[in-house]
Amino acid sequence: MAKKILMKGSEAIAEAAVLNGCRYFFGYPITPQNEIPEYLSKRLPEVQGTFLQAESEVSAIYMVLGAGAAGARVMTSSSSPGISLKQEGISYMAGAEVPCVIVNIMRGGPGLGAIQGAQPDYWQATRGGGHGDYRLLVLAPATVQEAVDLTYQAFDLADKYRNPVMILGDGILAQIMEPVELPEASKQLPEKAWTVGKNENRQRNVVSSSYPKVDELEKVNIRLHERYDQIKKNEVRWDSYLTDDAEYVVVAYGSAARIAKAAIKMARAEGIKVGLLRPISVWPFPIEPFQKIITQTKFFLSFEMSTGQMIDDVRLAIGNERPVYHYGRLGGVIPLPEELLAKIKELIKEVQ
Amino acid sequence: MNKVYSSPKTLVDVPMHYCPGCTHGIIHRLVAEVVEEMGFMSKTIGIASVGCSCFCYDYFNFDMVATAHGRAPATATGVKRVHPDCLVFTYQGDGDLAAIGTAEIIHSAVRGEKISVIFVNNGIYGMTGGQMAPTTLPEMKATTSPYGRNTALTGYPIKMTEMLALQDGCVYAERTKISSIATINRTKKAIRKSFELQMAGKGFSVVEILSTCPTNWGIEPLKAIKWMEDNLEAYYPVGVIKAPKEVE
Amino acid sequence: MMHQFLLAGFGGQGVMLMGKILAYAGMKENKQVMYIPSYGSEMRGGTANCSVILSEEEIDAPVVSRPTGLVAMNTPSLDKFESCVSENGLIILNSSLIVREPVREDINIIKVPASDIAKELGNERIVNMVLLGALISVTNCLKVESVMESLKEILPPHRHDLLPLNQKAIEKAMNYIK
Repeated sequence: MAKKILMKGSEAIAEAAVLNGCRYFFGYPITPQNEIPEYLSKRLPEVQGTFLQAESEVSAIYMVLGAGAAGARVMTSSSSPGISLKQEGISYMAGAEVPCVIVNIMRGGPGLGAIQGAQPDYWQATRGGGHGDYRLLVLAPATVQEAVDLTYQAFDLADKYRNPVMILGDGILAQIMEPVELPEASKQLPEKAWTVGKNENRQRNVVSSSYPKVDELEKVNIRLHERYDQIKKNEVRWDSYLTDDAEYVVVAYGSAARIAKAAIKMARAEGIKVGLLRPISVWPFPIEPFQKIITQTKFFLSFEMSTGQMIDDVRLAIGNERPVYHYGRLGGVIPLPEELLAKIKELIKEVQ
Repeated sequence: MNKVYSSPKTLVDVPMHYCPGCTHGIIHRLVAEVVEEMGFMSKTIGIASVGCSCFCYDYFNFDMVATAHGRAPATATGVKRVHPDCLVFTYQGDGDLAAIGTAEIIHSAVRGEKISVIFVNNGIYGMTGGQMAPTTLPEMKATTSPYGRNTALTGYPIKMTEMLALQDGCVYAERTKISSIATINRTKKAIRKSFELQMAGKGFSVVEILSTCPTNWGIEPLKAIKWMEDNLEAYYPVGVIKAPKEVE
Repeated sequence: MMHQFLLAGFGGQGVMLMGKILAYAGMKENKQVMYIPSYGSEMRGGTANCSVILSEEEIDAPVVSRPTGLVAMNTPSLDKFESCVSENGLIILNSSLIVREPVREDINIIKVPASDIAKELGNERIVNMVLLGALISVTNCLKVESVMESLKEILPPHRHDLLPLNQKAIEKAMNYIK
């Protein structure tokens, strides 16, 4: 067993990236994720990597596109407003099939909002985010250990599907410190035949999202869609807690899921049969685990640090079979387990 | 019989989509010839931007990355940092480089990014149908300045290459034009200098090439060249703006 | 047992380091630990604070709203956080700087003249270690050995000359509590 070390979520994400072969990072400062670029500005030169602070998030994402097209494992990180700026480039990468890892440490919005942790970018993350008909594979860690594991996996997934992968965290996850076990450094990275670079022994490669002929572009869209179907088939991840006998199910991801778990423990101590369903991949969204527990469940409660975005996916997963409610705090206010418990009790009264 | 003409291997043998009288074709060929003559065909990566030249990835016969409007220098930065031994250039028009991509181009120069920038300036947006560019001359008509560019409303034409030359990271900046055999040869020399400086690890360089747009200017090709020399060149004088000592 | 500590003071009083040492030492003792810094506008407002959870069981919520223990290094910290300490909880306050009496009567109040003790030891910056010593002494949440080992691992080697002073500060506080 590897030795446990105490790490900040943001630094753990950065180290996990390095351990799985990330040697290029391009970014622009924004709170609450500055520890990621700061850590990598120190760490990447130690492994002959390149850290470059760009003049804007827009520029940073195209440096990522360039490095990704050139075959490197590359990452950028930002927080909500900065991620909005990157959306154009993310769309280009989805279209040009350039793998990369994008970390969004969400904060309160809209606009400049506030720098405290929140979850208001669920729609943006899970619906593609930029223009065009595309998806990102979006992983939402709840603990620092999970942030390490998912960031590590994200690089393999990005290469496997030639698609950007997003780590969707929040200011809480990025700032807390927890003990983690780091995985071993990857030894061999996959060969990529499609990238640009020296090309003595092959046909030239073009990395582009430009398809001026509509029938060609339609085929590209179909091909991408088929790939997303593969991702839906292979990469759904979720966790559950006490759902076997649950009459009420809280649905939450990331930091909110940890608060929910604390509330569920309090509820169970009072004999209330509540469980937790925690999507880890928020795209693809886990549908099957919902369908398995529909009949036993009296209602679902989507608990998010937003006005209710994931609730749409919960409704899509269960149809009109059961009521779906929402509870959350906004703008960077962290909801407390006691509040959620009170909401659960209130709803139980209402449905009885 | 001697072979007197052949197309460089660095160009794909397909018809180009450019309008009659457009000088993009000539400039493409100059870039391609320099790459071939320097023996870099298998280690050149071009970055196509957005504008009339966006399909140049179909014409250059080496690795290409097509990127977004204005973002070619940032994309080139990513590529070059991964492949420092490759020749990396961007091919950008004046709308792309001088408007939407101002931040990216300036900061590439500031960083002394070891890339070459081929900047084709004809003072107008071609691809989208002749709208006013930041390089459009005062009083010049465009589809979004139908009464002529009003400097009180829209300011003055931007001198990008002079601005880039001011940055310490920029080692070489020259403005040329495509108007005659002599200026075509001069342009080819400038492109070669830029590529040589890059491969010698010296830093950022830019070759601005004054060009024509007969279609959107509404002027016949030959007259367009004269118009370019009489008007565009008057505002944007050709010549070396910055060069390291060993060059000139 | 789940300890939920809130540590608060002026910026520069070593609040964050105190929190990190607690979490680090907890990890060394195979406890579940979480360190939660406060960040943002608060960082510029005069008081700095962080929370540390030490537990034998899994830690769920990454938030400390009702701390079981508050270490208040100055008066603004006591003013701000006294009311949120849990019932039957604990406040350790730096009585060298805090002159007012706490209002709460349902909690255990420990007054430690931490700044004076630090001054006696010849380095006022060691005040955080004095209070850390008091905290582990009152709560028995950690062994002093794991705290010292953690300090050694957290401090960069060129600062290791400060280790004996730190140890003295912790011991002096522990003796004071006894």
